[in-house]
Amino acid sequence: MTSLPEKTTRKLGLVIDLDTCVGCHACVVSCKGWNTENYGAPLSDQSPYGGDPSGTFLNRVHSYEVQPLATSALPHPSTQLIHFPKSCLHCEDAPCVTVCPTGASFKRIEDGIVLVNESDCIGCGLCAWACPYGAREMDAAEGVMKKCTLCVDRIYNQNLPEVDRVPACVRTCPAGARHFGDFSDPESHVSKLTAERGGMDLMPEQGTKPVNKYLPPRPKDRLDQPAPTGEIDILAPLLAPVIAEPTGFLLWLDRALEKI
Amino acid sequence: MHPAPSVITFTTLSGLGFGLLFWLGLGLPAITGWVAFTFLAVAYALAVGGLMASTFHLGHPERAWKAFRQWRSSWLSREGVCAVAALLVMAAYGAGLVFLDTRLVTLGTLGTVLSLATVFTTSMIYAQLRSVPRWNTALTPALLIAISLAGGALLAGQISAALILLPVAGVLQILWWVRGDTALQGSGTTLASATGIGGIGAVRAFEPPHTGPNYLLREMVFQVGRNHARRLRIIAFGLGYALPVLLVLLPFSHALAALAVLSHIAGILASRWLFFAEAEHVVGLYYGKR
Repeated sequence: MTSLPEKTTRKLGLVIDLDTCVGCHACVVSCKGWNTENYGAPLSDQSPYGGDPSGTFLNRVHSYEVQPLATSALPHPSTQLIHFPKSCLHCEDAPCVTVCPTGASFKRIEDGIVLVNESDCIGCGLCAWACPYGAREMDAAEGVMKKCTLCVDRIYNQNLPEVDRVPACVRTCPAGARHFGDFSDPESHVSKLTAERGGMDLMPEQGTKPVNKYLPPRPKDRLDQPAPTGEIDILAPLLAPVIAEPTGFLLWLDRALEKI
Repeated sequence: MHPAPSVITFTTLSGLGFGLLFWLGLGLPAITGWVAFTFLAVAYALAVGGLMASTFHLGHPERAWKAFRQWRSSWLSREGVCAVAALLVMAAYGAGLVFLDTRLVTLGTLGTVLSLATVFTTSMIYAQLRSVPRWNTALTPALLIAISLAGGALLAGQISAALILLPVAGVLQILWWVRGDTALQGSGTTLASATGIGGIGAVRAFEPPHTGPNYLLREMVFQVGRNHARRLRIIAFGLGYALPVLLVLLPFSHALAALAVLSHIAGILASRWLFFAEAEHVVGLYYGKR
């Protein structure tokens, strides 16, 4: 059924913290690893060691430069570099699902995860066209559409230790920039984070109602604040003598060393 | 969007084929026997040939039959259902014309409606996509239907209809181009809204996720030079709409009519290439490509 459910029981998704992400691409690698070795067709690479390498990824990290406007107080605001992981947002109003002619694409009623049934996918690519985020990629080797499954084969997997029952990208992130949880529960970790930090939707004007939220970067320390009057040596406190006159063992050591 | 030859051929040829079936279903021209067979054979070659071409870009053509299942929600599925229904109904209607020398009016009218529905559902596959602002307009079905009916009229020898429909299609084409040129801006989707970090300042794509290309870039990010596009628009307009009108205004001859049809097809192929090549998918914003 490619009609969307009216309401899902739970709303599983991710919170991605743009303030914390360091752009290490560990989530990209762990996602590719897990999803190549587990559910569905592997994520193939074409010419991985050749001159024109290319491959299927369900999660990619972009980097953006943001230049704040100069003001009289801050004539030279420093540029910010923001790393931006992007994967399927498991939209409530997922346009990729309704366009599917075969019913291969669907949104689960129980947890809201958007999945592809690969044995029904004809590889027409229309769902990838419908997604404004570029979350779906056709695998060049298998000819079927691949997308983030929210690691559906991890999060319910009783064979894994409980700590590992989160998406691979969340489990691996060394900076703690990715969080997994249920957005339908206002008391959940992800709901609270979204409320506290002003979690936002990507492309809200597209009307997709994404479940995943992005936390905006916090304001950075400013190096170009108005210069303080007088000279300040910022290293001075560190270079101040710890002990003015040695005593005891240090006094003996000092004298002994001088004799040599 | 990547201008895939299979999809360009498909939409152009099957649009023309269903346009011809539209007129044949109405009994225009009023033909039976071998003449009817010839007209129907041309229409089926175009419509079915186009549909076959469309399966070339599928990852799994052997599963194409599964695409008839989701007509409740999917325009692509509806198109498949309408196309097969139109072809079956028109086959029965055609059998009446060819073998029984009888025009089964109800069947023909149904075939005409289904042919029109096929072109409409095809156009809605594109028009429904908010992610491609240039396509996301009611002008898209209007333009594709006008082109199909005008081309069909040309092929069916309905000169007076063609003389109305070709200029209508030409005007719609210009409106579609003019609107399309500001569609992405008008959609409100920008790199700032795509990343949500525009509140800090001007956003610039600093580094793409990978140094190599990927499916998204190959499929949805195609950039065509502005001069190149302008020249192609002139060719598309001249060959697709203006020249066929001039040719059918001249005293009738079969050679001129054939030339008008060929010129129309060449112009529509150019127009359809631009339809894809100029269409900006918003995912390009993430790559700083728009």
